[in-house]
Amino acid sequence: MIEAAGGGAATVPLVELRDVTKVYGQGDSEVHALAGANLRIDDGEFVAVMGASGSGKSTCLNVVGCLDQPTGGQYLFRGVDVGSLDRDQLALLRRHYLGFVFQSFNLLARTSAVENVELPLIYRRVPAAERRRLALAALDDVGLASRAKHTPAELSGGQQQRVAIARAIVTAPQMLLADEPTGNLDSARKVDIMNLLVQLNRERKITIVMVTHESDMAQYTTRTVLFRDGRVEHDSKSAQEERAAS
Amino acid sequence: MIWATIVMAIREIRRNTMRSVLTTLGIVIGVGSVIAMVTLGRGATAKITAEITSMGVNLLIVSPGSERRGPTSGSAKPLTLDDVKAIAREVSAVNRVAPAAGRAVLLVYGNKNHNAVITGTTNDYLEVRGFGIALGQSFSDAQMQAGNAVCILGATVRKELFGPQDPIGATVRVGKVPCTVVGVLTSKGQSTFGTDLDDFIVMPLSAFHRRIAGNVDVATIFVSAVSDTATTKAKQQIELLMRERRHIAQGQQNDFAVQDMKEISNTLGSVTGALTALLGAIAGVSLLVGGIGIMNIMLVSVTERTREIGLRLAIGARGQEVLLQFLIEAVTLSLLGGAIGVVFGLGLSFAAARGLALPFLVAPDVIVVAFVFSATVGVAFGFLPARKASRLDPIEALRHE
Repeated sequence: MIEAAGGGAATVPLVELRDVTKVYGQGDSEVHALAGANLRIDDGEFVAVMGASGSGKSTCLNVVGCLDQPTGGQYLFRGVDVGSLDRDQLALLRRHYLGFVFQSFNLLARTSAVENVELPLIYRRVPAAERRRLALAALDDVGLASRAKHTPAELSGGQQQRVAIARAIVTAPQMLLADEPTGNLDSARKVDIMNLLVQLNRERKITIVMVTHESDMAQYTTRTVLFRDGRVEHDSKSAQEERAAS
Repeated sequence: MIWATIVMAIREIRRNTMRSVLTTLGIVIGVGSVIAMVTLGRGATAKITAEITSMGVNLLIVSPGSERRGPTSGSAKPLTLDDVKAIAREVSAVNRVAPAAGRAVLLVYGNKNHNAVITGTTNDYLEVRGFGIALGQSFSDAQMQAGNAVCILGATVRKELFGPQDPIGATVRVGKVPCTVVGVLTSKGQSTFGTDLDDFIVMPLSAFHRRIAGNVDVATIFVSAVSDTATTKAKQQIELLMRERRHIAQGQQNDFAVQDMKEISNTLGSVTGALTALLGAIAGVSLLVGGIGIMNIMLVSVTERTREIGLRLAIGARGQEVLLQFLIEAVTLSLLGGAIGVVFGLGLSFAAARGLALPFLVAPDVIVVAFVFSATVGVAFGFLPARKASRLDPIEALRHE
């Protein structure tokens, strides 16, 4: 387990990107996915990361989610330089602090909802009975307690994404990373999922970083970061927040 | 963690029941045939050894003719009664010495007749060959001396001529000689090579010489050593004595043979043992093939489940944990195959042992070895796919279609 320096101290931001670059490929085929991105995210924020495709928003999410490491610059997660960690240490960081929600849900097929939700707890070595209890509680939080025994194939898209969210929050993570979480859903389900995320952000104080290309989804968040050519081009409190402020 | 991983592996295997069963088929056949081969081989070895031991305890057989040409062949000078006496007198390592001569005769009783071998010998013969008296008694000293026309029937002869009747005291015509039955031998059944060990009758040697053979030759001398460790020594002593008695110059080959039943038993035992090992090894090759089958399916499974692996890595599984998961799946598969194979192999060898009239000897060591081997196959062939899974990049894996 990684002991993050100064955990909880207000002076240390949860996420701090300092001139982060990320280069894929070599020579002529070099792609600069991130070209000196600077970003600071504090505890309790709900950040929408937007931008055209190729703007670096997904790469940014991968770096912030400790799935990938920067080529240059520094990424400090709770004050810890992620660039100095190896593959296993990154895995432990994700295991203990992060939760993930994907556009395509990524639930295990032919596996019941509750077993899907239990999965991260297995890697946290939570005993079986406790695992089941926590998983059922998380499913209850997303309003799917009655569907615990259903497999993904027996659930609608919106329900599947709720199971995926339950899986992400069952470990009570510091930060939730969502990659186009509403991308595969119809508009009514999109609203459901966004409301759920807003609720988790407000009531559980879970920091959420969400990549989306839909500006109406960004309205639910407290802050919008716009990427362009691998840099943060625009960073603003979202419309909702501004309205609340005015 | 290990336990949770095993539970996950079993769930994964059950999710694809049909594929899992087909995957393990190679291991099933491999383990099954190894177990069947070894079980049958051991049964055959045990049977052959038992047969040879049942031919007599610590038995040595002296016969004329060189060993190389086969003990009974040719026109070598026959043995004599004096040879018998000399062996009994001079060889310290022998216990009993029984001369024997025989020929095929027609036996007639009432309206029944039967072809069998008559053996002229002494009571010692019965002892060294391991026959007991089932009915009546063995020859008396007076009968031996006088050369009375008396005989003891083998179990088969008794059955053929008398059926359930009491043969004691009856007169059987042996060739042209009427002969009084004084006893019946215990049965030894069939030899390994299918000959009936009970299809003969015994007569005092003196009577056989005078009334049937018309000569005083001794065809074979059966000798029992004082203990089962003394057979080699007894054999050496007899060879030395017989060379002297038969005037064989130094450097010349023996014109007689001394066979040690234990040696023959050991030789046959090692031959069947080698055969068993050979067949087992051939069967073992199919285990290898089975392992490759498992590797194949595990590789397919890793590719198929790339996104799942990506997810597991993303939520914090370390490479070694993914490796362990796939390794445990492979080992569980191969052990499952091993277990089915053990049952299959035992069933097969039980049926075959029945059919071949061999003893069915379950070999626990072979079962353990087969299990260990199939687990090893699982680890060996599961490792490559598992390592492949554990080295996936989570981002790439999650993007995999």
